[in-house]
Amino acid sequence: MTAHAPLLELQHISLSFKGIKAITDISFAVQQGEICALIGPNGAGKSSLLNVINGVYQPDEGVISFNSKSYSRMKAHQAAVQGIARTFQNIALFKGMSVLDNVLTGRNLKVRSNWLEQMLNSGRAPADYVSQRIKAEEVIDFLRINQWRNSIVGTLPYGLQKRVELARALASEPRLLLLDEPMAGMNNEEKAEMSAFILDTQREFGTTVVLIEHDIGVVMNLSGHVVVLDYGKKVGDGTPDEVRHNPEVIAAYLGTKH
Amino acid sequence: MLYRESGQFNTSYRADQRWFRLWQQRWVFATWMILAFVVVPLIGNDYWLNAILIPFLVLSLAGLGLNLLTGYAGQISLGSAAFMAIGAFATYNFQLRIEGMPLLISLFLGGLTAAGAGVVFGLPSLRIKGFYLLVSTLAAQFFVTWILTQCGWFSNYNASGVITAPPLVVLGQNISSPAGRYLLTLSVAFVLFWLARNIVHGELGRRWMAVRDMDTAAAVIGIPILQTKLLAFAISSFVLGIAGALWAFAYLGTVEPHGFDLSRSFQILFIIIIGGMGSILGSFLGAAFIVLLPILLSNLSATFLAGWVDPGQLENLQKIIFGALIIFFLIKEPQGLARLLEIVRQRARVWPLRF
Repeated sequence: MTAHAPLLELQHISLSFKGIKAITDISFAVQQGEICALIGPNGAGKSSLLNVINGVYQPDEGVISFNSKSYSRMKAHQAAVQGIARTFQNIALFKGMSVLDNVLTGRNLKVRSNWLEQMLNSGRAPADYVSQRIKAEEVIDFLRINQWRNSIVGTLPYGLQKRVELARALASEPRLLLLDEPMAGMNNEEKAEMSAFILDTQREFGTTVVLIEHDIGVVMNLSGHVVVLDYGKKVGDGTPDEVRHNPEVIAAYLGTKH
Repeated sequence: MLYRESGQFNTSYRADQRWFRLWQQRWVFATWMILAFVVVPLIGNDYWLNAILIPFLVLSLAGLGLNLLTGYAGQISLGSAAFMAIGAFATYNFQLRIEGMPLLISLFLGGLTAAGAGVVFGLPSLRIKGFYLLVSTLAAQFFVTWILTQCGWFSNYNASGVITAPPLVVLGQNISSPAGRYLLTLSVAFVLFWLARNIVHGELGRRWMAVRDMDTAAAVIGIPILQTKLLAFAISSFVLGIAGALWAFAYLGTVEPHGFDLSRSFQILFIIIIGGMGSILGSFLGAAFIVLLPILLSNLSATFLAGWVDPGQLENLQKIIFGALIIFFLIKEPQGLARLLEIVRQRARVWPLRF
């Protein structure tokens, strides 16, 4: 398993907001092709950690290695170019655009024609549009949102919007997919459906997934690797079984006698 | 009954990207174009061409320019008239100072000059958003009219800063007649609307809308925010600049910097609010509304309110009605007339059923 270098490695990452420590000295590694879950109570620093990984926040200290390259600070654009895609806790779709257009924007880094060619609808633009469209339609088929292809995203129900956001992230053909609470606010059927999509993604495209999730049942079933955070520190790291029996994790979730 | 899409399938992604998917739409468009390019110049009288159709076309172009920036890229601007002024004065100077410069090339260069100014005044948009950006575009508005009045060079040292249209010659033809000026305006508008439509339906248009709807998410999926915003300012100002030059030379004939004051910027903003933000067609509908409503109102009041309302008060009445309509549109239909037309189209699709 550890024969290859990990796809993503965090080394001693710390982050603070105006003196308040959000993340303290966190290190862990995510292997190529695994599904890694970040869990922990509210305010443990999970979302902040995702924001550090894809360059929305710059860490105060520490190094991120992705794909055998080290970065002390990563810009959001750079992360996207490197093949890191993500979804957000509060859906961050482009609400005024159709589902198809949202998915197509996910492929913006693959577009080869420039805006002058697009404006004149000549040169590389027409063929480029067709090839992007084919790839976008593949993702739309994969997540079974065909029938809403031309609907405006803002008019769709919540569960579908979550799926469209996953589609937009997948459209970029990412190496690493960051999912911030992909199943928040869903009922059990929707959770099962979304879990299936995440597993399919990993199996079919070999995408590495890091996800944040509060539903422990889902986490234990989906992921092969669990990292537990509490108050910005790492308290557990291992397979679901190891984490389940880790006394520190139990303390963080259930409390201890003092 | 006529508006049926049954049996009309797109069998390729190219076909799905066409302007008009249905033959009904293509026929309607072709009819409009024949009307506009052939019938109107033949039968239109000077009053109609001069006082209604030319300002309508120029304002729809200006509306298009602002719509690209505000409706599509989400950057609010009150500097539209400033970019129109730059386009007009730049075109005037290219014509004046370069011997034998073709009019169309001057128009293009005037547009480019406005685009350059648009990029400069668009730079703050990286840092500031919404109403604060509005204030910085207001600075463009006041600065441009001020400098055009202060520096005599721009108006070739005319005492009151007035510029006069050069002889309008295109490809050796004098087009100073109303029909000629109408055809010039119509052709330029046709080309710019075609280009704008391609942009909006292409990758750049999607990037603009992405930045408009959620700019952090746009950055995370790899869209270069600054470049995308500045391109919006540049292309929008290009269209506005050409609209300004046409306003000066094809419509008015002479214009001073204060012809492009803040109230003109507001007028263009009203065009896109009433017509529909983020809609190419909306620019047309809004401009038609703004040009035709005052004429309709004065005709109506001349027939019905003659003797009741002092003609001097009529202009105030128009402003009141405009204000009320804008409030109405902002509350009831923020997507404007274009949206209303879309609802009618949806109804026509399923008529005589309701859904």
